[in-house]
Amino acid sequence: MTVWRIARLVAAKDLRIEWHSRVLTNQVLPFAAVTMVIFAFALDAEVVLERVAPGLIWLATLFSMLVLVQRSFAVEVDDGALDALRVAGVDPRAIFLGKTVALGVQLLVLEVVLLFAAVVLYRQTVPIGGLVLLVTTLTSATCGLAAVGTLYGGLAAGFRGRETLLPLLTLPAVAPVLIGATRAVEAALGTAGAVVSDGWPWVGLLVVFAVAFGVGGSLAFGPLIDE
Amino acid sequence: MTTTDPNLTSEHDGAVASTAGGTGTRGTRIIGIATIVAMGWLVAFGLGFSPEDRDQREAVRLLYVHVPTIWIAYLAFTVTAIGSGMYLFRKSLGWDRLAGASAEIGTVFVAVTLVVGALWGRLTWGVFWQWDARLTTTALLFVTYIGYLAVRRLDGTHEQRARRSAVIGLIAVLEIPLVHWSVRLWRSLHQEATVLGTDADVSMDGLMLFSLFVGVIAFSLLYLWLVMHRTRGMFLEDYLDDRGLDVALAARRAEAAAASVPAPPVGQRPEGTN
Repeated sequence: MTVWRIARLVAAKDLRIEWHSRVLTNQVLPFAAVTMVIFAFALDAEVVLERVAPGLIWLATLFSMLVLVQRSFAVEVDDGALDALRVAGVDPRAIFLGKTVALGVQLLVLEVVLLFAAVVLYRQTVPIGGLVLLVTTLTSATCGLAAVGTLYGGLAAGFRGRETLLPLLTLPAVAPVLIGATRAVEAALGTAGAVVSDGWPWVGLLVVFAVAFGVGGSLAFGPLIDE
Repeated sequence: MTTTDPNLTSEHDGAVASTAGGTGTRGTRIIGIATIVAMGWLVAFGLGFSPEDRDQREAVRLLYVHVPTIWIAYLAFTVTAIGSGMYLFRKSLGWDRLAGASAEIGTVFVAVTLVVGALWGRLTWGVFWQWDARLTTTALLFVTYIGYLAVRRLDGTHEQRARRSAVIGLIAVLEIPLVHWSVRLWRSLHQEATVLGTDADVSMDGLMLFSLFVGVIAFSLLYLWLVMHRTRGMFLEDYLDDRGLDVALAARRAEAAAASVPAPPVGQRPEGTN
């Protein structure tokens, strides 16, 4: 259980840093909002926007996630904090889980804000019947995204060219989440006549993805940062 | 590199001596000649002897390149995964270099598959690209291994590079089935008409099947030949990284020693001092 306890401490530390620095609220959320607005410029017609809104929510989430991951590891690398944690004998699995949880919490906040933006800007409605599917989708997709983000963020941390490497590694890996979460949210919001029951197979995919990268990430994180 | 300090013993020295003339050996030369012969054979059968297809017309000839290259690419990525796993298990840089060389060649082969496939699609389907499950997965496979190769180029020691890329090589094995599954699910639910499969396995003419078989042999030999050269090339790059600095230091030390003592008679200056 000690791994979980340390993971909780790492997560609390990351969230405290975010709480004090306000990077999420002052930079990442505005960035996500701007993304939602410029999607509207690119697609122009309201009909198209209404149809593709769930996909745009997840695209904006992915782009903002790249910023959040870089931020998450910039605070570790700047003062050699990650090395200090390793020298102190902290289990890398605990660091991975802790940072994944902290990233996941921030992503959830981001997704809820983006969903709200979609309701306002893209004329989406959230039917009560789809609420359970929506919450399950957000949770499982977030777990998968956070695990992948932390894994590749840890790899790219501390190297020249990491800013460009991170999207290259992350985006192909999270393609299943983008596909699955978009379809599931379409089903939950009833976009283009989709029904709620269509969404559940996609949640299955999202859960398998989250478990695979959660387990794979906690095993792989040690060798990746241990240098 | 004329100086070889006896104190700087390296596990690689014997191997370097064997590759002193480049990365070719008797074995690779034989495989190289066999590859040229097989490629000539493929050209003869692919462009000459094999008949044109009833539906695909002359475009069917592209498949003699398209299908073998993707098969060999799958083989190459399997070798990368095995090399990655074996590196983590054995900690021998040889496995890492095999994994890297195989991934490079596999990526090139996938690129060939995609380009040839797009041309074939234009001739047969009328479009370069279809958002078909297999095509989409292949495109993501290509990007994934481009990422793997980028990870190999991050700075750090050889061991750091090997460990990082081994982990990424194994994560790719986790990633590809998930991508394939999701893309299949995506297309099966969202496409009314199923597009033609990209392979040509429907009641193939015997001569066509034989030409395809020739293609597989030719590209297998090419893969083998390239992997052997590239693995040795990577070994030499690593060796230069390891020893280049040592050799330069030894040369500068010898220079300093030569400057501090009375100059030795001409002809007895330590080798490597410029």
